[in-house]
Amino acid sequence: MDFSVVVEYFPRLLEGAWVSLQLVLISIVLGGVFALPIALARISPVAWIRAVPFAYIFFFRGTPLLVQIFLVYYGASQFDAVRESFLWPVLREPFWCAIIAFTLNTSAYTAEIFRGAIQAIPQGEVEACKVIGMTKFQMYRRVLLPRAFGIVLPAYGNEIILMLKGSALASTITILDLTGMARTIIARTYTPMEIFLAAGAIYLVISIVIIAIFRQIEQRQNRYLGTLSIKVPDKG
Amino acid sequence: MIDLHGFGDQLLQGAVVTLELALASLFVGLILGLLGASAKLSSIAVIRWIANGYTTIIRGIPELLTVLIIYFGATSVLMAIAGLFGYDEYIEVGAFAAGVTALGLTFGAYATEVFRGALQSIPKGQHEAAIALGMGPIRKFYRIILPQVWRIALPGLGNLFLVLLKDTALVSVVGLDDIMRKANIAVSSTKQAFLFYLVAAFMYLALTIISMVFVSYMEKRASRGLTRG
Repeated sequence: MDFSVVVEYFPRLLEGAWVSLQLVLISIVLGGVFALPIALARISPVAWIRAVPFAYIFFFRGTPLLVQIFLVYYGASQFDAVRESFLWPVLREPFWCAIIAFTLNTSAYTAEIFRGAIQAIPQGEVEACKVIGMTKFQMYRRVLLPRAFGIVLPAYGNEIILMLKGSALASTITILDLTGMARTIIARTYTPMEIFLAAGAIYLVISIVIIAIFRQIEQRQNRYLGTLSIKVPDKG
Repeated sequence: MIDLHGFGDQLLQGAVVTLELALASLFVGLILGLLGASAKLSSIAVIRWIANGYTTIIRGIPELLTVLIIYFGATSVLMAIAGLFGYDEYIEVGAFAAGVTALGLTFGAYATEVFRGALQSIPKGQHEAAIALGMGPIRKFYRIILPQVWRIALPGLGNLFLVLLKDTALVSVVGLDDIMRKANIAVSSTKQAFLFYLVAAFMYLALTIISMVFVSYMEKRASRGLTRG
């Protein structure tokens, strides 16, 4: 194996890594925003409100991300209505298609994490809020959501790592993310092992950094617990 | 009824390949997971380091990249090994073999953690009782430890299998004729991308539901020795 190609093409790989990071950051933020209403609807006492997010979550967690990306990127352009609509400039771009697919996917997973966290809060705290006379909105804003945020952190960190790994699939719709860039370089140099291993190492470094950041936030968010550890619902 | 333009049985053939790939990878992954868990609990530090390195690296690298590395890398690695023995012919690794290796390695890394947790949760008294009855280490493992570990690990392993089932779609990228690739072929000849990818999605969903039912049956079976109360 000859690792001089890695040195030569390292700046290109970093460019790809930056695209991967953009994909992950944008989809995680948008996914988080969508996940909250989905999670709240998912625990609604009304059956038909519960059913819609249930079906949504079931679909996006039960099918491969690759299918979802292809559905958005290739599937949407099948319809003339889409091609003539104002959305076409967005849906024509592979980058935005990847963002849409990743956002839909991660919002389903994140909604389940949020739901688990909200339900993990002891019933006594809900009762305490009611006794004090808080409205439902106040209860969520002051007690349930901040508490859920602390509980959610470890699982949410995992979800971001999964999203980072999922972002490699963007390379299948011609995006030059880290994996896409690696495949392009390999097509030119024909050194698959060296370049793929280098790309793998970069992914590994990014994951380690994300894990370290989350450990910091977690310690900060849960500092009131002292040495007590809290039970976190497992991600399915 | 939906018109699949005659690609229906092609897609079903793809589903069979997907299922074969998932089950073969499951088999490889379960063995790797048990080995990995035993290695992580080993008293020899070097073995623990190897196991830790394996799980950290595999879990930090995208599954797609693992598939690509194995598919393109296995050929050169195998040829280098074969070259040592004086064999110079070209060796090609098929998409199926590469897929089983890559997904088995991935499943094994996650299963290592599940098995490790389960192994650690077996009370020490169980080990002592088995030894007191005069069982050797292998018999103790098969008769006493494994059935209990299996019961505790099953829910975790079931989740991992559902992840594995979805990851099989990645092997279509290196040309395995699974559901995903059959759908690609259908799309390129009919231009009905939305229809065929949606059908593919529902086929995966069906496989997921079947697996969930099967896992819950297995869970019931594995805990039949427990009395409720």
